[in-house]
Amino acid sequence: MRIGDAKQSYEADEAIWTTSTQKLWFGFFLLVLLVFPFMADSYLLYLGCLVGIAVISTTGLNILTGFTGLISLGQAGFMGVGAYTVAWLSVNTGLPFPVTLVLAGLMAAAVGILVGLPSLRVKGLYLAIATLAASVFLHFIFAEWESVTGGMGGLSLEPAHLFGWSFQSDFMMYFIIVPLAVLMVLAAANVFRTRIGRAFIAIRDRDISAEILGIDLLRYKLMSFALSSFYAGVAGGLFAYFYRVVTPESFPLSMSIFYLAAVIVGGMGNLLGGILGAAFMTLVPEALKLLTAALTPFYPNAPVFMSPMLEIIFGALIVGFLIFEPHGLAEMWHRIRRFFRLWPFKN
Amino acid sequence: MDWIFFGEISLAGLAMGGLYSLIALGFVIIYKATRVINFAIGEIMMFAAYLFLAFAGGMELSAWIALPLAVIGGSLLGGVIEKTMIRPMLGESPISVVMVTIGIASILVGLVEFIWTADPQLLPSFLPREPVFIGPLYLAPKIAYGFLIGAALLIIYLLYFRFSRGGVALRATASDQAAAYSMGINVRRVFNMAWVFGSLAASLAGVLVAATGGLSPQFGIIGLSVLVVVIVGGLDSILGALIAGVFIGWLETVAGAYLGGEYRMPATFLVLAVILVIRPYGLFGTHEIERV
Repeated sequence: MRIGDAKQSYEADEAIWTTSTQKLWFGFFLLVLLVFPFMADSYLLYLGCLVGIAVISTTGLNILTGFTGLISLGQAGFMGVGAYTVAWLSVNTGLPFPVTLVLAGLMAAAVGILVGLPSLRVKGLYLAIATLAASVFLHFIFAEWESVTGGMGGLSLEPAHLFGWSFQSDFMMYFIIVPLAVLMVLAAANVFRTRIGRAFIAIRDRDISAEILGIDLLRYKLMSFALSSFYAGVAGGLFAYFYRVVTPESFPLSMSIFYLAAVIVGGMGNLLGGILGAAFMTLVPEALKLLTAALTPFYPNAPVFMSPMLEIIFGALIVGFLIFEPHGLAEMWHRIRRFFRLWPFKN
Repeated sequence: MDWIFFGEISLAGLAMGGLYSLIALGFVIIYKATRVINFAIGEIMMFAAYLFLAFAGGMELSAWIALPLAVIGGSLLGGVIEKTMIRPMLGESPISVVMVTIGIASILVGLVEFIWTADPQLLPSFLPREPVFIGPLYLAPKIAYGFLIGAALLIIYLLYFRFSRGGVALRATASDQAAAYSMGINVRRVFNMAWVFGSLAASLAGVLVAATGGLSPQFGIIGLSVLVVVIVGGLDSILGALIAGVFIGWLETVAGAYLGGEYRMPATFLVLAVILVIRPYGLFGTHEIERV
């Protein structure tokens, strides 16, 4: 049972960490993240990088869909913009990675603003379809603008580099991806303590009321689009450095749906949920792969059924969470925390 | 410009558009009655087409027995989906409901790959093979007869909704649920019937489209074209679905023939984007007025 944390000021109530216990746990978590690459084998490192990229992109989509209430089916397209920006810059200019990643984010944000422009007139599902149209156009541009994007063959790029260091292995990439992911999630958490973030939430809850309260709808909706696509662009840039090849097929519509699913499974409008959802949705297929490998000696047919099983599990997770746990993994997490906080007084 | 070629392409496109109209009608019925945007409609079509493959190819039934069986199977699937997965979502935000249908689509794709593998399949041909000429223009027989069967169902539907008790109940529910309920209409059954009827139209169109173009688990992608049709026509307008279906089918085929296959989707989505900017509620859709 936690006692003695009566809040005396509004700032204290709005703080990201409300108790010293939380700070302690967060410090411990950072320590685990730091030690992890030295203990883990290459497979776990690979997974760690994948989860890091997914966390950044999911957090971005969460800002747009979870906090501003604007559903988007274009997340993979924005990631593609970021990835192609990084690939093109790396091939043609050889800039170091911090510059290319920021440019990737800005480029994606610019495209995001363009896509978000109809959001004042159309909303809800019509907006979802508008973003779907945007992702169709982006895919078309990736495939057809051969002088820049390399057409269907795509672009291959050199490893990320900075001050003569080359980030070639997963081990090195981990030290780019994971600190960036932590930083960007913290930045997002801080956005929601400012006027901008609260304007997003007001728009989500009732846009017309928000407008009456003096929130410039178009401006804040576009800001949300820009911020969300900036995250997607950075995630796409990391994706490009991680796989070091970018093709139009790297960013299909199913990827946009994957990130929407991660937001929903994690818990819409909850940053912790976005992290949990991204990790969970990335790891489920890997768990299934391990299971298949374990079953193959007994059932030689197991690998054949893996890909269909994956589709079914993916769909069942979305449907199941929406029907039985609409607030997602974050709600489960809170339930566990509540149990410990109220122990031993409850039951 | 070769006018004969243009005429033939246009004719094939219009016939394909007729089938789009049929699918879009199924989509609009579901939307009007239950306010659910059904992203899984392409996958329901696919499932029915695979059922046809199982009945006609696997069990070697005559195609004219297999076709109704597959269509009934597809519409039952729609009813089951509504009862088990859509009903519990009543009153949730539209975003959540749409995501449920996306989840259902993924489950259906997985099921089909599980049972019939991911390889492309050919449906046994069951439509007459003699070439069809309209004036000097040639039309592939599969497309022509597919269009005729689809158009027949379309007309039956329109008459049914206009004159029958069930059709009136459906339209009453669409215009005001509470009033319909207090007049003794079983609204829950109407919801279920809407999904059954909507899936029935989609299933028939699914078998007919698969008969002309082959079948694979990626077949459901056609659902995207249907989405364009219903947004252009207006989500809650049957007339809009019919007109936009024919137009989008024509545009897609002509763009594919003259510019190349990779231009099909961008061409239709360009029309979609223009419509969204000019008339956000579609050509014939109802303009909803929002109040705080």
